[in-house]
Amino acid sequence: MTQAGGGILKRAALWRIALLVVAVGGLELLCLTGRIDRLTMQPPHRILVDMVALLAGGQLNTAIAKTLGNAALAFVIAMVVGVTVAVVLHYFRSLRHTLDPLFATYYAIPMFAFYPLLIVLFGLGDTPQIFIGAMLAVVAVIVNTLNGLDRIPRVLLKTARVNQLSAWETATQVMLPCATPYILTGAKLAVAYSLIGIIGAEFIMSTGGMGYEISFAYTNFDNAKMYPLILLILAVSIAINTLLARWEKVLMARRGLS
Amino acid sequence: MTMRATTAMPSVATAARAQVQVSLRAVDKEFNRTGRGGEAIHALGPIDLELRQGEFFAVVGPSGCGKSTLLELVAGLSTATRGEVAFEGRPIKGRIPDGVGVVFQEDASFPWLSVRDNIAFGLRRMKIDPRERERRIDSALAMMGLTAFAQSYPAQLSGGMRQRVCIARTLVTEPRLILLDEPFGALDQQTRLLMGDEVLNLWRKTGATVFLITHALDEAAMLADRIGVMSARPGRLIDIIETGWSRDRDSRIVQEEAFGAITARLWRSLRSESLKSIGKPEAGP
Repeated sequence: MTQAGGGILKRAALWRIALLVVAVGGLELLCLTGRIDRLTMQPPHRILVDMVALLAGGQLNTAIAKTLGNAALAFVIAMVVGVTVAVVLHYFRSLRHTLDPLFATYYAIPMFAFYPLLIVLFGLGDTPQIFIGAMLAVVAVIVNTLNGLDRIPRVLLKTARVNQLSAWETATQVMLPCATPYILTGAKLAVAYSLIGIIGAEFIMSTGGMGYEISFAYTNFDNAKMYPLILLILAVSIAINTLLARWEKVLMARRGLS
Repeated sequence: MTMRATTAMPSVATAARAQVQVSLRAVDKEFNRTGRGGEAIHALGPIDLELRQGEFFAVVGPSGCGKSTLLELVAGLSTATRGEVAFEGRPIKGRIPDGVGVVFQEDASFPWLSVRDNIAFGLRRMKIDPRERERRIDSALAMMGLTAFAQSYPAQLSGGMRQRVCIARTLVTEPRLILLDEPFGALDQQTRLLMGDEVLNLWRKTGATVFLITHALDEAAMLADRIGVMSARPGRLIDIIETGWSRDRDSRIVQEEAFGAITARLWRSLRSESLKSIGKPEAGP
């Protein structure tokens, strides 16, 4: 990375922090001065204190574990299925041309509308929620992986052939490592989508999980529980994305692309 | 160092007695053009050629004459439309034969692997003892002057060093035939001369046959025992020049009078074909 490039990134990070401080500070001010009443929203410092208290109290640990566990499962399913489907589509061009328009319009489908159908198919357990989480995340993985596979230099594929690699070895030892930065972009989106999918499904119809707890708190005007849970989801999502972004940065730096 | 440039030198005579390693018999290559009624493009041939065991053979020709296509046929990366390509007596039918290594013009180093892992990549499918594997990697690193950069990533190296990584990756497999597709095309003239010395060293040490595709007449004249001159598309061999250099040559031969004579002869053979390739008829003397 050049010094100029590093300077730009540092400035961007400072601006990001400044914007966050202004937004949170503004919200705090509006809440403390009563412009936003307490029944509508808690001041940000209160949300943070409540979140720590919730975590320390442990009464929501089961719900948190259920949601994060299901989201992790949905994420893993989306990654495995997404990357595999992308590799297959990359090999079979005509199939890809057939499916491309569907990927472009996929996110217009109201996935949660299928929840009742999924309950009929998979029962009342966690499976329909995990299915929705995975379905929401999978296309982001497919599209980004395909983007990476399209950018593999032909000479690397020729090198794989010269080294007598099979199709499986070419995919796992050349194509996927080469496309990793793009797969990570898909993974970052998949984290958010799988969380949205699980929490959204719990929100609609579930007897547990963070989505259910948020929904329950929402209908009971229990701001001391609802906002801290939302903050916790945000914190988890940001933490995972930051880790993935750091990994991506290391990979890009190795390739002289950061 | 001894250098000669007539057509019947000892090294050539020795090579002539040597075993034929690669043979091309009436080889033609056509490409189907889609969207124009299936009309085929005749890219190459007919070509008849024999590469002798241990010789350094270069091919020069105008742009688009099918030099790289010819290399891909010998490498098994492509299949001939007609005719037969054979390596050590066995026909190559679009399958990469064992004992063949290829170095491409473009940077083919894997950016996610360190230099050492890049070189080790060539050995992944070879069932060899781990100690022998490490010995080969260390030896290739040393031969290419990359020992100090073993843990570096390709992005941290210059273009010439990355090309050396690719050569080292080919070298560890101990190929009997090394195919070089304009490997120095992206390098500056001085680096090309020095890389040429390294390739000559490598050729002497390994005893492998080297088949070099290049657009640089001076590179072919300096490196090769024999130089095949190709016509404009469809590429055919219109001349084969024996340089007569001794095996212990290096880049200093560019100062020799004979070097100039070889380069001039190459250009005489090539000029009209190069003009054809850019759509211009040959002017008078």
